Amino acid sequence: MTMLSERQQLSYIAAQAADARLNVELETEGMTLNIGPQHPATHGTLRIIARLDGEQVVWAEPSAGYMHRGYEKLTEVRTYPQVTALINRIDWLGSFANEVPFILAAEQLMEVEAPPRAQHIRTILFELSRIANVSLFLGDLGVQMGAVTPVFMAFRDREYVLNLIEGATGGRFHPNFDRIGGLKDDLPKGWIDETRQVMKKLRNFCDEIEDLLFGNEIFQSRTRGIGVIPAEVAKEYGLSGANLRASGVDWDLRRDQKLPLAYDKVDFKVWTHPDGDSWARCWIRLQEVREATRIVDQLIETIPSGPVMAKVPRIIKVPEGEAWVSTENPLGEMGYYVVSKGELGPFRVKIRSASFNNISITPWVLKGVYVPDIITILASLYFILGDIDR
Amino acid sequence: MGLVDRGRLPAPLTKLFNLGRSYSMWVYQWGLACCAIEMGAAFGSPRYDVMRLGVIPLPASPRQADLVVVSGTVTDKMAPAVKRLYEQMPEPKYVISMGSCANCGGPYWDSYSVTKGVDQIIPVDVYVPGCPPRPEALLEGVVLLQQRIKNEDMAARWRGEGFTPLQRSESEPIVVGGGPIE
Repeated sequence: MTMLSERQQLSYIAAQAADARLNVELETEGMTLNIGPQHPATHGTLRIIARLDGEQVVWAEPSAGYMHRGYEKLTEVRTYPQVTALINRIDWLGSFANEVPFILAAEQLMEVEAPPRAQHIRTILFELSRIANVSLFLGDLGVQMGAVTPVFMAFRDREYVLNLIEGATGGRFHPNFDRIGGLKDDLPKGWIDETRQVMKKLRNFCDEIEDLLFGNEIFQSRTRGIGVIPAEVAKEYGLSGANLRASGVDWDLRRDQKLPLAYDKVDFKVWTHPDGDSWARCWIRLQEVREATRIVDQLIETIPSGPVMAKVPRIIKVPEGEAWVSTENPLGEMGYYVVSKGELGPFRVKIRSASFNNISITPWVLKGVYVPDIITILASLYFILGDIDR
Repeated sequence: MGLVDRGRLPAPLTKLFNLGRSYSMWVYQWGLACCAIEMGAAFGSPRYDVMRLGVIPLPASPRQADLVVVSGTVTDKMAPAVKRLYEQMPEPKYVISMGSCANCGGPYWDSYSVTKGVDQIIPVDVYVPGCPPRPEALLEGVVLLQQRIKNEDMAARWRGEGFTPLQRSESEPIVVGGGPIE
């Protein structure tokens, strides 16, 4: 883990200066490069329109909406339990984490609180979905830079986490396990022992990735000092999650917010990085997977006994009112603003998803970078298309 | 292959060609939504490993692909791109529609922006139901498609008659989970 040497920096500057001179002499014509709407580097159907001058980006703009499914309108014609099934599919890699803020908002309106055991299990599943989400990012990162092996390793170890989620909830991908007032079911027998083993495997996976990928010279030279986002700019564009923490802002809703989840019972570190470049964003996520495994390890030792479901009426009618709950999801801050008119379903739901704000910075951060760096910067920003377009 | 061009191919030769074609399919991954991750797990993970079925999931462009897996929600904004993708593929080409969204709209059946079924735009050979389907379900879909290719009259396909089975009795529509696999 060495920084760019002085000689490397000088040669970089010299190369840039030479390019600039050449462009002036040759008067190279600009061209427009379309990345997407379907491109392996964009994790889905994001389209980036980039105006190039030679090898440098002059102007770039994301064109979203290829995955727009009309969530906010659909929630108006669904009942509360049906909305839970729907919002699983916003950020499809960490499905359980999507349910939690919505359920918490509905619980706030109904003035019920889940029993402590349910809160505990919720937090465990929340962190498991974070691991499932970010471990795939760590594997995918390699693919963007031409290394194919890490993605196989990520898929291999992610399966263990998915098996855990499937064992507890019955759903491998979209659990739909959260209910207003608690959880659908208790944990199955033997689940806790298995979780302990899987967390060890995941920590090994993190070590492997750190050795293979983060210690790789090519990886370092393609991410260090590239796509730097200063803290002020990050705040102005509304970045959240690991992207914000990588710019040196110490901000984590798990720690800063008081919600009926079990985060106040565990000891975990919120990692920040002063650099704000692609490397920092990737590194923060690697540490986050490690912290998540530690959180799960601590939580499974202290699950309180008791029921997993509070007393709620069979047909759920949420009283009139408005509630806003946001949590620290794998991708950043995700929040739901629920307006209820006392019906079976919500009157209006505003969804604040992290990726939409995270990609809004692309026109700023892509200006002046080289074409291959577009891919690494987009990969390190880490968005999921369902989370952008909803 | 002049015989194929003229639309006349002896049955044993067809069988031989079909055998070769069914075990050397280059599949283009048209991943759109949640199903794309399960497709990635089926095609790119060591646990499910699709290459043992003779399917190669890494063509550089749709122009080199025999099969496309449309996995995920096709929206109205995306639909022209799906159509163009299909037109870029060389004949004979096959389509697997993966997941409820691509089959019929799925949980977004009443959404204003979702195309309810990719079969409104392009012809589909195998439907894989599920939201999202497990990787094993996609693999079963691939196996069913291979059976279909083995029973296909290649010359008829060349003449532009679409899918014509060699034997009439096996021309039922294919849905994963619809029956036993021989």
